[in-house]
Amino acid sequence: MLKTEQAASLPAAQAETTPSRRHSGEWWIEQIIRGAGLSTIFIIGLIFLFLLREGLPAFVRISPLNLLGVRWYPIEELYGLLPLLVGSLLVTVGAVVIAVPLGLITAIYLGEIAPLWQRELLKPLIEVLAGIPSIVLGFLGWVALAPLVQQAGAPTGLTAFTGALILAYMSLPTIISISEDALYAVPKEYRDASLAIGATEWQTIWRVVVPAARSGIVIATVLGIGRAIGETMAVMMVTGNAANIPSLATGMFFQPVRTMTATIAAEMGEVAQGSLHYQALFAIGIVLFLLTFAINSLASMLIGGGKQQRSSQL
Amino acid sequence: MTRQQTNRLAKIAISLVAALVVLPTVFVILYVVYNGIGVISWEFLFTAPRSGMREGGIWPALLGTVFLTFGTAIAAFPLAIATAIYLAEYAGDNRLTRWVRLAIVNLAGIPSIVYGLFGLGAFVLFLNLGTSIVAGSLTLGLMTLPVVISTAEEALLAVPQEFRTVSLSLGATRWQTIRHQVLPHALPGIITGIILGLGRAAGETAPILFTVAAFYLPELPRSIFDQTMALPYHLYVISTQVPGMPLSLQYGTALVLLLVVLSLTLVATVLRTRMRRRRQW
Repeated sequence: MLKTEQAASLPAAQAETTPSRRHSGEWWIEQIIRGAGLSTIFIIGLIFLFLLREGLPAFVRISPLNLLGVRWYPIEELYGLLPLLVGSLLVTVGAVVIAVPLGLITAIYLGEIAPLWQRELLKPLIEVLAGIPSIVLGFLGWVALAPLVQQAGAPTGLTAFTGALILAYMSLPTIISISEDALYAVPKEYRDASLAIGATEWQTIWRVVVPAARSGIVIATVLGIGRAIGETMAVMMVTGNAANIPSLATGMFFQPVRTMTATIAAEMGEVAQGSLHYQALFAIGIVLFLLTFAINSLASMLIGGGKQQRSSQL
Repeated sequence: MTRQQTNRLAKIAISLVAALVVLPTVFVILYVVYNGIGVISWEFLFTAPRSGMREGGIWPALLGTVFLTFGTAIAAFPLAIATAIYLAEYAGDNRLTRWVRLAIVNLAGIPSIVYGLFGLGAFVLFLNLGTSIVAGSLTLGLMTLPVVISTAEEALLAVPQEFRTVSLSLGATRWQTIRHQVLPHALPGIITGIILGLGRAAGETAPILFTVAAFYLPELPRSIFDQTMALPYHLYVISTQVPGMPLSLQYGTALVLLLVVLSLTLVATVLRTRMRRRRQW
């Protein structure tokens, strides 16, 4: 609030009091700062433009039937995106199904139950988790987790499930911190009122606080999906990279899959610039860009909507 | 079961799940330390790989990551700070500002591999920088922008409004106020943001795959237009691309990478805590 009032009253005051020489030098600095602010929009546009420049020809040169096909096999000029989409979807859905409940419960613990000293110990730990490079987790998934999955009875350790586990672990910090914010935003009066009419702490959490925070929890889920779908290195190392649509019969999650991100990372190093394969990989990039753009725009719309709702309630 | 029993049971279950979520982090770090500490030596850190990377050290990769981290700082710093100043001090509550914020949210959400593709298309090929430290640093710098912008903006907004009011009332212009009153107080917070961003950049693999990282180089890079090895990519290479690689070297590399990244995160966290404690207003 203060900032907008200040912004409204400042220019007039400045124009009257500042000497013109000082003013003109400042004018330039302010233009540079303004330009920097606007450049973020420009950069997003530029990224999309370059993806289109390299990848759009693929949509023209490869027939739609081929692109929608069920085989990705560039050597035979088969560029079916479906197995890669299914791969990304399986791993992402698996990760979110695991991570959202765990993240929400951890946020409940941190916000509603944990004593202060535990909170001060656990929160930095979660930040540390967020800081572990994905390649390190991928490496551990590869040398330590995959053999465990295989021992548990899967035909191979490198499966969609292994990828989902690693991804779930990686998306936890995002989901925890946003859920925690959502729980924190629930007015204390709600809790007091619930406890005052005789509800237990658990009843208060489950029937009052969590429902009141549900829009924030939805946002956490959406951002978790965005985070999971774009993850590359860890997923590439543990999902086995088989570009097949897993068959329903034998348990979809326990077969190797290949995601969109892993396909780009694994194949771009070996293609000739400007070749059809090169353009097809950029086309996957376009799909990824549009998907994450939609997801993040949705999340920030939800955040904006939630704020308005809350302020109108109070 | 009475309500009180359910209550107690639910609280215990929640605590257990929270422990299950948080404790693996400790385990992961200890596991890497336990398996990797054995190979850490002067030779491992400061010599080049030998015998098809199955022996020797990681020096070229470690040095490459240091170069890239500095490059990222130089690439991201000016634009990020200027954008943060714009958002915190100049932007009004209007449609344009909302667009800028939406752009930043989306920059943060773009997958790192897509940054890699952009870096390849724009810096390596279009600007003809080749696979080089410059191209890699610019790519990583762009990817780091959102983190630095949002922490820097927070730091600027944390400076009390009275500081600005007083400065302006004494006849200082708006820029003088920002330059001499707001920025100095926000500086520790801004530096925290930069270090956090660099910690992320140092551990990234996907954006450098096609823009700078080399599988193996016999020599260190001579200029910013050369390729370089880098720790995250080196870990990927020796764990999946080199058959017969001793596991201990892989763990050792993972440990060094973890230490580089976590020490940056730690420095940022300590700085932030000290800053909060020292704040007088």
